[in-house]
Amino acid sequence: MDWFKRRKGIATSEKKAIPDGLWVKCNSCGEIIYRPELQKRLFVCPKCEYHFRINSKDYVEYFFDPDSFTETGANIKPADPLRFRDTKKYTDRLKAAQKTTGLNDAAITGDATIEGKPVVCAIMDFTFIGGSMGSVVGEKIARAADRARERRVPLIVISASGGARMMESALSLMQMAKTSAKLAQLAQEGIPYFSILTDPTTGGTTASFAMLGDVNIAEPGALIGFAGQRVIKQTIGQDLPEGFQKAEFLKDHGFVDLIVHRWEMRETLGKIIDLLWAGGGKAKNNGKVASGEKAAKASRSSDAVAPGKN
Amino acid sequence: MNKTFRVTLDFEKPVVELEKKIAEMEEYARETGVDLSDDIGRLRRKADNYRKETYSKLTPWQRVQLARHSDRPFTLDHIERIATDFVELGGDRAFGNDPAMIAGIGKIDNHRCVLIGHQKGRDVKENLHRNFGMSNPEGYRKALRLMKMAAKFKMPVITFIDTPGAYPGLGAEERGQAEAIARNLMEMAVLPVPIVVTIIGEGASGGALGIGVGDSILMMENCWYSVISPEGCAAILWKDNTKAPIAAEAMKLTAPDLLKLNVIDKIIPEPPGGAHWDYDVASANLKKAILTELKRLEKIPVETLIEKRIQKYEAMGAWKE
Ligand SMILES: [Zn+2]
Repeated sequence: MDWFKRRKGIATSEKKAIPDGLWVKCNSCGEIIYRPELQKRLFVCPKCEYHFRINSKDYVEYFFDPDSFTETGANIKPADPLRFRDTKKYTDRLKAAQKTTGLNDAAITGDATIEGKPVVCAIMDFTFIGGSMGSVVGEKIARAADRARERRVPLIVISASGGARMMESALSLMQMAKTSAKLAQLAQEGIPYFSILTDPTTGGTTASFAMLGDVNIAEPGALIGFAGQRVIKQTIGQDLPEGFQKAEFLKDHGFVDLIVHRWEMRETLGKIIDLLWAGGGKAKNNGKVASGEKAAKASRSSDAVAPGKN
Repeated sequence: MNKTFRVTLDFEKPVVELEKKIAEMEEYARETGVDLSDDIGRLRRKADNYRKETYSKLTPWQRVQLARHSDRPFTLDHIERIATDFVELGGDRAFGNDPAMIAGIGKIDNHRCVLIGHQKGRDVKENLHRNFGMSNPEGYRKALRLMKMAAKFKMPVITFIDTPGAYPGLGAEERGQAEAIARNLMEMAVLPVPIVVTIIGEGASGGALGIGVGDSILMMENCWYSVISPEGCAAILWKDNTKAPIAAEAMKLTAPDLLKLNVIDKIIPEPPGGAHWDYDVASANLKKAILTELKRLEKIPVETLIEKRIQKYEAMGAWKE
């Protein structure tokens, strides 16, 4: 686990997922940790290895090669199709979330490399309205899948989400169908999709793209499930067992392939990409590439290209 | 018409009372030979007017209540009236058979079909068996098994959505409720046969969508379909589940709203007062709509069908750029 020896210079980024302050208390063991020390350890507790919740920018930094990430679809912003209002207006909730996170919505997408291998990635951000999936998250993941199909490189989605976004109601629900349909197309082209499940991945996110990886990889201790624990408790009228809906529980029941420490994710992904996608799938691309290009052209993926980058 | 209901909703009371009075007068007229046709006619007009007035401006919350009406026709009631030679098939070949999800083969006129739907119970005993129409993972996996059978034998798939949600239980999580639903979404997107989805009652969240991806989405008039129940939404956003009627309004969960949002393709009319007032008419309307779609979809080459299906989902949502 000499991850940070291997790698030069860890850039700083805002840590909205973790309370501000120079000292941070571990949610798991209660250890008080000096923040710069914790940051050097990629927000993994030195005493108990608890993986703190981190934001999308941190994942970009930790899971991909340094400076390899180029954002795509940065101009996609949320609308308010239902003119939804509960105790607050949805537009006000959006504005507040945009202000505190500096993000347009709960996911960023882009091109990157992992151990030198090109990938397309989508990274959810729990700090933006609980990482909820509305139209923007759905559209960005759909375009990422199209782009992976077009470029014929693996797709990686890092999930951190409380589920579908209620303020977009049925349109949020439809994002589950939309993203899954796009993954079906990607699968038909024989291009790998890796789902990385982080704390938490629940509800409609789990019940769509997060569970559909060729390989599903979880961070240790991540909460992963469909229904909320309070609802389950109410329904069955009994307490839930220790470790219920944790990454380890999902692995025991056969729904994630691997649980990988944050320090080892990049290396593990690199190894798996090498094994499943040796030579970038070029070994048997006779005719395949052409059909991939044709399929991608038929859809509307090309507009996801960032200006001046490809 | 079956007019004795287990449940009468508040706004249904006047019309139920009038219908009861009419039935009594008809009975009296029959027994005594007294001509009451004027009075009966007057009451009938009154009942019709009330129905017209009330049901032409139902609130979203009233529709939610109609969608949940325990006298409403369920999946098997419709299948019985729509299909012939229906053979129910069971089991996911992995864990068990889920009685909350019906799946089988049958014919609608001359169209061989696979029919799949959530099944609610009529009373407590039935509901314990049917788990209130809340499927477990094996229900979704049975549905998928039958869809693959449909693909193998080139039969269209018709689904009937009527669920308060996928079952939120311990075993359901252990057996991968999320994976079961996700897998169906992915497989249905590219299933090489026509899929006609109908919403016949409640369409709650992923539990509904798990059999809800298709080429034509038809919704009966008094149903609801959304990402969460109004009570659930109210509990989370208003921190008060008694605000469900207000949440129902905000959520745009009725058929007319969803048609505007392009989430559904067509609204199927129900008999006056709702589907529970006349099962035969409700099923006949449903059958007619399904047949129209089947005839249209069966003409489309399968590659085009899948392409159009994916394009439809691709366009769903609203964003700015
Ligand atoms: Zn700790």
